[in-house]
Amino acid sequence: MSSSLTHTTIWLMTSSTLTLLLLTVGVSPALANASELPAAREAELIHLLRQDCGSCHGMTLKGGLGPSLLPERIGTLPPEFLINTVLEGRKGTAMPPWKSMLNREEVSWLVEQLQKGVPDAP
Amino acid sequence: MHRRALLLSVLAIALNGCTTLRGTGDLGVVIERASGSLQIVDTTAHKSIKPLSGLGDLSHASVVFSRDERYAYVFGRDGGLTRVDILKGNIDKRIIQSGNSIGGAISQDGRLVAVSNYEPGGVRIFDATTLEPVAEIPAEYGNGQLSKTVGLVDAPGQRFVFSLFDAGEIWLVDMSKPAAPLITKFRDIGKQPYDALLSPDGRYYIAGLFGEDGLALLDLWHPENGVTRVLANYGRGEEKLPVYKMPHLEGWAMAGGFAFVPAVGRHEVLVVRMSDWQEAGRIKVHGQPVFVMARPDGRQVWVNFAHPRNDTVQVINTESLQLINTLKPGKAVLHMEFTPRGEEVWISVRDEDRVEVYDTDSQTKTSTLNAAKPSGIFFTSRAHRTGL
Repeated sequence: MSSSLTHTTIWLMTSSTLTLLLLTVGVSPALANASELPAAREAELIHLLRQDCGSCHGMTLKGGLGPSLLPERIGTLPPEFLINTVLEGRKGTAMPPWKSMLNREEVSWLVEQLQKGVPDAP
Repeated sequence: MHRRALLLSVLAIALNGCTTLRGTGDLGVVIERASGSLQIVDTTAHKSIKPLSGLGDLSHASVVFSRDERYAYVFGRDGGLTRVDILKGNIDKRIIQSGNSIGGAISQDGRLVAVSNYEPGGVRIFDATTLEPVAEIPAEYGNGQLSKTVGLVDAPGQRFVFSLFDAGEIWLVDMSKPAAPLITKFRDIGKQPYDALLSPDGRYYIAGLFGEDGLALLDLWHPENGVTRVLANYGRGEEKLPVYKMPHLEGWAMAGGFAFVPAVGRHEVLVVRMSDWQEAGRIKVHGQPVFVMARPDGRQVWVNFAHPRNDTVQVINTESLQLINTLKPGKAVLHMEFTPRGEEVWISVRDEDRVEVYDTDSQTKTSTLNAAKPSGIFFTSRAHRTGL
């Protein structure tokens, strides 16, 4: 499923004529796929978010040593920027790269959840 | 006569509404981080004696004790400061003193409690009995920004010491006159101090640095000498691993003149010779250390690790500097606390919802307690240890 997202990106970059087509036909299934991680994996990701991201950003994500991850702070930031920050980390800060543990699709899903607000239950 | 004494004690019990008198020296608290609750535990009976909820956000909670070992001061992530009466098993007082806090300390004389805050960055000091504010110390630096504060400890001489994560400073606060705190600031101590510890004699304050190699050392017997760098060349030129959990500096292992500290971004425990503060060795361990804790007699050091290698605890012999055991208590080992004289260690295993008790000599499990997402474990013996 991560490959379908990658393909989408490549298509958008390389073929402007296909862009429209992808937007109308290709992208919506790709986006739908992005939120179709197995439910068990989604639960693991939320657990990781609360417990492990939470060790710096706070279990309720309102910030700690790292900044707040609540929608009022990151809700309007470009998703690509947030996804890359998670995957690659941020030099000069304590934010580590997570790409050895999470793939782009999983991070996209997490960013999507964060931007709309994760339900408060731990 | 005997009968009368018996009658009196029965009456006393009935009037008090409690069953027995008891001390608190073998009690402690286990933080349940996800549910804002804790359990008061008995380390002799190996059991929980009272659950307590309503403590707010405990996702990064720490605890200090009053010197009579009756009250636990719980510092919550949400800026909550709660005074828990562990004899009665209830909340005695609770305030929200900031937006986001990281830990606290109690003064040498037990009269003041200080809290280290991220938001607003600084330290606030309260009366230990009433929780009324006594002093406020904004961690101002540069062009008036406020720094997150970390590594707050108490020190002899009615002092508190803490580090400024964003500013790279260490501040020493003399609270001998509570109305007029005397602050000494040490600047340029290194990039991003992330935590600190105090040697058990209260002499050396050591901050770990995240932004560069080495540790920052302040000799509290001679603050006029300033902060010096320890292990400045440690790991130079080596690529660090990503750090998924900041190490904690707490507890202090000393044996044969060595100190043991977690290496940042490496699968190593550092051994420092305290006579000249030079590196005396590195012990390869299972993962990136989070807590490197000495058994109270200093003969063993127990180490837990950062995500994703946090199902393991390793034991180091401080004489041979060798690993002597690798234990697998379960998924997400967060903290370890030794009983006052070290015959047992309690280990919180978050994702298993358990606290495991190990005999430290045989390193075998002796008991298990259930707890919801347990994190920090704090025993009342901390009341009489400087810097904890």
